[in-house]
Amino acid sequence: MNKVRNNHAWWLILPMLLLVAFSAIIPLMTVVNYSVQDVFDPYTRFFTGTEWFQVMLNDPALQAALLRQFAFSLTILAIEVPLGIGIALIMPKQGWQASAVLILVTLPLLIPWNVVGSIWQIFTRGDIGLMGWGLRELGYGYNITRSPADAWATIVLMDVWHWTPLIALLCYSGLRAIPEAYYQAARIDRASKWAVFRFIQLPKLTNVLVIGILLRFMHSFMIYAEPFVLTGGGPGSSTTFLSQSLTTMAIGQQDLGPSAAFSLIYFLIILLVSWVFYTAIMHRQKDPTTQGER
Amino acid sequence: MSDSLPTTPQAVRQRVAVQDYRRRRKARAASITWRRRGLMTAYIVFVLLPIYWLLNMSFQSNTEILGGLTLWPQDFTLEHYTKIFTDSTWYMGYVNSMTYVLMNMAISIVVALPAAYAFSRFQFIGDKHLFFWLLTNLMAPPAVFLLPYFQLYYTVGLFDTHVAVALAHCLFNIPLAVWILEGFMSSVPKEVDEMAYIDGYSFPKFFVKIFLPMIRSGIGVTLFFLFMFSWVELLLARTLTSTNAQPIASIMTRTSTASGIDWGTLAAAGVLTILPGIVVVYFVRNHIAKGFALGRT
Amino acid sequence: MSWMVWTVPTAVFFSTIAAMLAGMTAWEIVSPTVERNGFLPIATTRGDRLFIGLLSAAYIHLIVVGFLPISIWFALGLSIVWMLVLMHWG
Repeated sequence: MNKVRNNHAWWLILPMLLLVAFSAIIPLMTVVNYSVQDVFDPYTRFFTGTEWFQVMLNDPALQAALLRQFAFSLTILAIEVPLGIGIALIMPKQGWQASAVLILVTLPLLIPWNVVGSIWQIFTRGDIGLMGWGLRELGYGYNITRSPADAWATIVLMDVWHWTPLIALLCYSGLRAIPEAYYQAARIDRASKWAVFRFIQLPKLTNVLVIGILLRFMHSFMIYAEPFVLTGGGPGSSTTFLSQSLTTMAIGQQDLGPSAAFSLIYFLIILLVSWVFYTAIMHRQKDPTTQGER
Repeated sequence: MSDSLPTTPQAVRQRVAVQDYRRRRKARAASITWRRRGLMTAYIVFVLLPIYWLLNMSFQSNTEILGGLTLWPQDFTLEHYTKIFTDSTWYMGYVNSMTYVLMNMAISIVVALPAAYAFSRFQFIGDKHLFFWLLTNLMAPPAVFLLPYFQLYYTVGLFDTHVAVALAHCLFNIPLAVWILEGFMSSVPKEVDEMAYIDGYSFPKFFVKIFLPMIRSGIGVTLFFLFMFSWVELLLARTLTSTNAQPIASIMTRTSTASGIDWGTLAAAGVLTILPGIVVVYFVRNHIAKGFALGRT
Repeated sequence: MSWMVWTVPTAVFFSTIAAMLAGMTAWEIVSPTVERNGFLPIATTRGDRLFIGLLSAAYIHLIVVGFLPISIWFALGLSIVWMLVLMHWG
């Protein structure tokens, strides 16, 4: 679509901009201010310069948390994206089953995050939880408070349970938006199922997948409530992700300066990854017909 | 098969082959359908099992929960639900959560609609960067922003009000709403706008009377996502409130006391947090099933 | 405002960013940018190059502060040179 060049459009943006800026820019500035000082209270503070950044960048615990975080985010993306697409492909398309399945599949998304943690905490307990009890009955010594592998697997499973529906829902809607004529053309050409998926369905899904993957990446990078309730970051620090290290530092120990410095580093990392991803996708999509439009 | 019977052996063979092929194809289609249903059922069981377990526990007394594993309530009780519905500190949590979620949905959609329209129709200075900046707000790690938030809202005198939480949630909900709505709006041809202006509509009248009804399902889907992300958020909601506007998710932490966790009440409260979500999906199910291809193309 | 714990360096930092944005807007009004191909792998506008410059400057500072024994002023100098290169040939 050809867009009209019109700077008066700023007036339509303005209310939104003011509201978001109020919630975004003032706190961000404050965090930057914290990061260069040792703050006890607004009147007792010392300028420390870049010291906190240096300390944080060289802190082995945080480096480990960062690596764990990347491992976690990539793992869940690798599971949730294909699984979500798969679910979207097999979801019924009409009738009462379609509505029923849609509602059931969406359920986990609408549960408050700490309740998700509680659900899985209950579900995986060895004494009163179905999964914990079941696995023990099957002869596997399942214990998320002792074994890091179990804790890790449980958190991944919980995240898959919680968030695959988002990808599935977005893809399902994307699939429903494909006109029937495309499939008819494919039938006439005797296209295989794979060809239909690769050349008709997947291209139409690109946009929703970009949104889905970006949202999932950003949220998984900030995951806090669920592992906090489920494992508390343990055993040891095997499931302590970035947000939790941060919260412990900021609220638990009241170390505002270091945690502010660290959250800025953390923010820059997410910003870079998301920007590269976003630009790569938008760039790839830009075919000659739309060139120069945006 | 109304045509005459085949006479030559070759014709017989041909016919058998055709029938055989048809039967196999049918059988294959049927087996694919069944495999599909099987997989779908398996996934739904996976989704429902933890929720069922929560439901199961919410109907058991605490002694039964801790006494041993039971697959369904042996001694069906509503005591936990009664407790929640008769204690105002409990049920006000739901009222508070619903209040700020609804306020947030109203604020977000009202400011996001014109903004999304501007992004979908016009080119203006800094549009691309502004759009990306909006997205970056979805990725601000909340943990450290909590203290500035607390102080910001405390300074402007909004601490412990529903408005504070509603405004704070705008941080991620407005960008999301703009993002989703922009996709829907871009799929409406620009000729619609032009025709309306030729017919003498003013911009506000055109926007409300013609444009909004055209993207009705987009608004439905957007409201669904706004509800979802505001309803499930805990950290900000908990930080910005103390007693008057405390969300249910933070009241639930009261179930763990020194003498152990009150599992039954925790489960019942958890079950009740799922219900509003079901109502919301029920309303938007047709909009989602109708299909939408989000994003800017 | 006292709760925002302002310091002179951060105030200078944010003022610079604000001035840059204002300057870019003014420049854009005077002569609108054209998307072009420079040494960067993608076609960029002036605003894109400014963003890339700022982001890479942030990373340059982090690397110098965190892992190199040299002064932060080197990072600042390097970033400014890099930004100029990027704006001109990127």
